[in-house]
Amino acid sequence: MKVIKIDKNEWASGLEKLRSAYELIGPVKEKFYHAFQPLESGQQPDMDYINTRVSPKYVIYPQSELILECSLNENDEDYKIYKEPEKEYTPKAILGIRPCDADSFSLVRRNFDTEEYKDPYWLRAYEATTFVGLACDQPCPTCFCSSAGSGPYSDSNLDILLADNGDHYLARVLTEKGEKLAAAAGWSQDAGDEADQQIDQKKQEAESAIQSRVNTDKLASQSLLDLYEATDAIWEKEAFSCINCGTCTFVCPTCWCFDVQDEVSGKKGYRIRNWDSCMYPLFTLHASGHNPRGTKVDRLRQRFMHKLKYYVDKYENGIQCTGCGRCVQLCPVNIDIRRICNMLNSYDPESCTCEVTAS
Amino acid sequence: MVNPYIPYPVRIDEIKTETEDKSLKTFKFVFLNPEDEEKFAYRAGQFAELSIPGLGEIPIGIASSPVEKGFVKFTVFKTGKVTSYLHSMKEGDIMGIRGPLGNWYPWDLLEGKNVVIIGGGFAFTTLRSSIIYMLDPENRKKFKDIHVIYGARSPGMLLYKEELEQWAARDDLNMHITVDGTDDPEWKHHTGFVPTITEQEAPAGTEDTYAIVCGPPVMIKFTQPVLDKLGYTNDRIIMSLENRMKCGIGMCGRCNIGKEFVCKDGPVFTLKQLNQTPKEY
Repeated sequence: MKVIKIDKNEWASGLEKLRSAYELIGPVKEKFYHAFQPLESGQQPDMDYINTRVSPKYVIYPQSELILECSLNENDEDYKIYKEPEKEYTPKAILGIRPCDADSFSLVRRNFDTEEYKDPYWLRAYEATTFVGLACDQPCPTCFCSSAGSGPYSDSNLDILLADNGDHYLARVLTEKGEKLAAAAGWSQDAGDEADQQIDQKKQEAESAIQSRVNTDKLASQSLLDLYEATDAIWEKEAFSCINCGTCTFVCPTCWCFDVQDEVSGKKGYRIRNWDSCMYPLFTLHASGHNPRGTKVDRLRQRFMHKLKYYVDKYENGIQCTGCGRCVQLCPVNIDIRRICNMLNSYDPESCTCEVTAS
Repeated sequence: MVNPYIPYPVRIDEIKTETEDKSLKTFKFVFLNPEDEEKFAYRAGQFAELSIPGLGEIPIGIASSPVEKGFVKFTVFKTGKVTSYLHSMKEGDIMGIRGPLGNWYPWDLLEGKNVVIIGGGFAFTTLRSSIIYMLDPENRKKFKDIHVIYGARSPGMLLYKEELEQWAARDDLNMHITVDGTDDPEWKHHTGFVPTITEQEAPAGTEDTYAIVCGPPVMIKFTQPVLDKLGYTNDRIIMSLENRMKCGIGMCGRCNIGKEFVCKDGPVFTLKQLNQTPKEY
């Protein structure tokens, strides 16, 4: 792995060179918030952003995506036979993605890339994307990445990590994909022997600036059913104010649940998958009318148990959360995953109590 | 990369109305591409997504048996959007099947054992698949005593009536058919609820005896204490669950009971396994 230096004026000109080979996506200020958007020719990503309101998961996993299509014309030979639509997976580069958001893709991959089944849409889009991350020097008060398996300088799911260093970036080129992109942009200036240390120094400063954390050390050893049944100590209290709006699931970079719906337009049938949310009663409603998660307590419990216990037990690789803090910022009734995580971690089934710590 | 969302195209070869209220029909499908039948190789207890282009998919247990070749069969209760449309479809119509999905009854484990099948209502479909499988001349010798207890509300609500009579006439299968009630003076089988008939007819639970239980929640609720009394341990009670599903491959996130997905880790679980999971089914 090498470290290169990218002067900020070279950054802009390098991006223009990349356009012939990559679709560029980066943070852009909309009316009030930043969002990841395709960058028009000449448009630069706003690298001074703090974080986007909605995560960049849609780049790999669109909110609504056509997965199959068929003819509904009786005269066609393939009448009513669903096929994969023709799609191009042109190379994309996400510029300035935060390490926490990049790490979320490796968490989500465990769901879409299994031994038995592979989701071709997610995987092809993922493979076609180069992740150029921007390290975080100014964490928000809601950030807890460093105790959630990620960190402000985490590079485990990046191809290039950029550290802002005044008039230039120090860039760790981490993978072959990253090398290819750096070469295409013409970024090759050696950053010198001390660059690695400089980045590590910045990393330590950034990590020490993160004020909030979650405790996860006991989650794996807790009994799943004990936590599930902690209705009075945790779930009733936390669900009391929940309005099941689903905001947490839509802004979350690691929420992957989806619905599949068919639509007809003219003489064509379409099968489309859409982001769905475990917060909604329809998510689990049987045709008979029975609903196994019929109350909001059930649904809130499902979301947090999934992220903080089921995922932990299933993959034995930490929690299904990278500490980006979006759900904490955007929940209209101040439900805080950090508080719930600490409650689950400290739950004592003997006394049916847990430590409720301020987050 | 195999795309797990693409259904195999099939033609409806035959539609049979099963019950007197016409709410249950059996659809026999033939694959449009003969090679797809091999790819669809399944075990008794698995399910598939029936796909109606432009309308949607529904997860349904496979009612035909792996030993029946050239077609697959599903018995479908008319209840929601897709099943209602399916009930209006005609022989010759084209649609899709995606699967086989999920796990199956533990056939390797059941070899050399007594098997008691307990079913109620229209949950009898994968049990039919299982009975046909076990009665196949190649397979019958692999199992010891087989009991089948099957109940419905009335004689007219029983599925697969001709086959039930054929099975009742065999001497290598103990068939116990029951109905909740009937005014038919000719009725020659049991009258009474499934748990009661189970108590009367099922063999005692031994190390070598397994029960497969599949039916409506109320039947399961009252059958379990009977099986406990007969000495069946929870790891010898095998059940099949259903939950709302979309993908059928463990990805869309809705059918989980705790960390297990009913679609991929199930639908077949032992009662012992279910005791370790939240009861979200």
